[in-house]
Amino acid sequence: MLNTFRRTFVPAAWLGWQVESSWTHPVMFLSFSAVKPIAGVLILVFMFRAVSHISSTSPLYAYIYVGNALYIYVAAILAGTSFSILDDRERYRALKYVYIAPISVPLYLFGRAVARFLTATIAVTITLLAGILFFSVPIGLLTTNWPMLISALLLGVLCMTAMGIILGAWTLTLRSEPHFLGEAVSAALYLFSGAVFPISLLPKVLQPIGFLTPMTYWLELSRRALLVNDVLQTPGTG
Amino acid sequence: MDSGWRLFLRTIFARAYPRLIGQQREKAWLFFETFLPFVAVAGYVYVYRAMQAPADYIGFAVIGGAMTAFWLNVIWSMSAQLYWEKDNGNLALYIMAPNSLMAILLGMALGGMLATTLRAAVIIIVGILAFHVSFSVSHFGALFAVFLITMSALYGMGMLFASMFLLYGRNMWQINIAMQEPIYFISGLYFPEKTFGAAISLAASIVPMTLGMDAMRQLLFSSGPAIGFLSVRTEILALVVLAIAFVTAAKYWLDKMERLAIKEGTLTDRRR
Repeated sequence: MLNTFRRTFVPAAWLGWQVESSWTHPVMFLSFSAVKPIAGVLILVFMFRAVSHISSTSPLYAYIYVGNALYIYVAAILAGTSFSILDDRERYRALKYVYIAPISVPLYLFGRAVARFLTATIAVTITLLAGILFFSVPIGLLTTNWPMLISALLLGVLCMTAMGIILGAWTLTLRSEPHFLGEAVSAALYLFSGAVFPISLLPKVLQPIGFLTPMTYWLELSRRALLVNDVLQTPGTG
Repeated sequence: MDSGWRLFLRTIFARAYPRLIGQQREKAWLFFETFLPFVAVAGYVYVYRAMQAPADYIGFAVIGGAMTAFWLNVIWSMSAQLYWEKDNGNLALYIMAPNSLMAILLGMALGGMLATTLRAAVIIIVGILAFHVSFSVSHFGALFAVFLITMSALYGMGMLFASMFLLYGRNMWQINIAMQEPIYFISGLYFPEKTFGAAISLAASIVPMTLGMDAMRQLLFSSGPAIGFLSVRTEILALVVLAIAFVTAAKYWLDKMERLAIKEGTLTDRRR
């Protein structure tokens, strides 16, 4: 078991990290990792500012900011895992060698997801810190329920990776490089998981999709662990 | 054999054709290039609804989402195109052929613009139907002119990037990714540009979508003039200047790239 882990998971994680980060200088890599998610969250902050009758002390503001920041994980891990399968198949043409090698393929894919998890963690941390320092998001590092946050994160990452692998396995059966698929699923889940607005705003017929998605509960738990007070809760999540 | 203007025009048509017809044959791309911006639009519409924003803001989100289709087309199918061609080994054939590279880029821009207009129209129509957006167009002629000039400036920018991006290697992919959300943000695609204040809005005006979106919002919505950054007339003039500047700069960079290719005998980025 330990041997399989050493021979499969560790090299896969290292390989994933190299693919993700080796194209440039580490400082440049960190900047590029942060710029897209921070811009995404800034769009929402300025939408808030544009609608002047709502103040940044509103629970909705913290709900949107934290939800959008944490959703970086979904886009990176879910879409990223399926993309790495396609990348191995279409770009590097190495997937067939991975399959015939004496390694555990699911463990290899989990390893590849680790790199995405690390880059996403950098972006999430920077975004949340920017929220605390510059955008008055009421996150208290001392008041955060860390055990709840970490447990939710571990379970969430496990779910996202598994969903990414399922998606990747499906895309393997499709023709013509379906690179958009992971991105499309993570974009759709952005709507249904209550990342930036309560799912009670969705049409009633679409709301059950949100309740069937693990991200809904992971985001909800993380918000309740992070935000100091006045947490806007998603109805139906307990 | 054709030469001169005849060859130039035939090259434009030849390169526009696969953009307009060929891209429509890739049904999956067609779906995703419409679906992904629409999902973003829906997200922003529900955020505005959660904020109980005025009805016009829902329209801002829908129009902003439609414009992202053009930006995605410019960065992925214009800016990156010569890089893809280099990757596939076709660029040397482009350079050796007797036609102008400028005509190839113009054809790509024209075809991409027309094909993307269809996608943007679908996003707007679905947005109107799904979210009951209502417009109050003050001047159809000015709206049409703003759209055309914005597209000219935007695709001029794409032509400039196409020639510049050839000089980059693997980082081209990352640069393109980094040019999505940050540009949506500084261009004020989903909220009035005026929210930034004058200095930042002025700096952001280098991206043609900033002024184009601001002018379109002013012409499309009843609350538009009140939240406009500059007058529509000034924005049209600035967009004309940007369009001329970008196309001229693209020509300069293409010539420079060709000179480098002849001098160094390579079109790859290994020398850098």
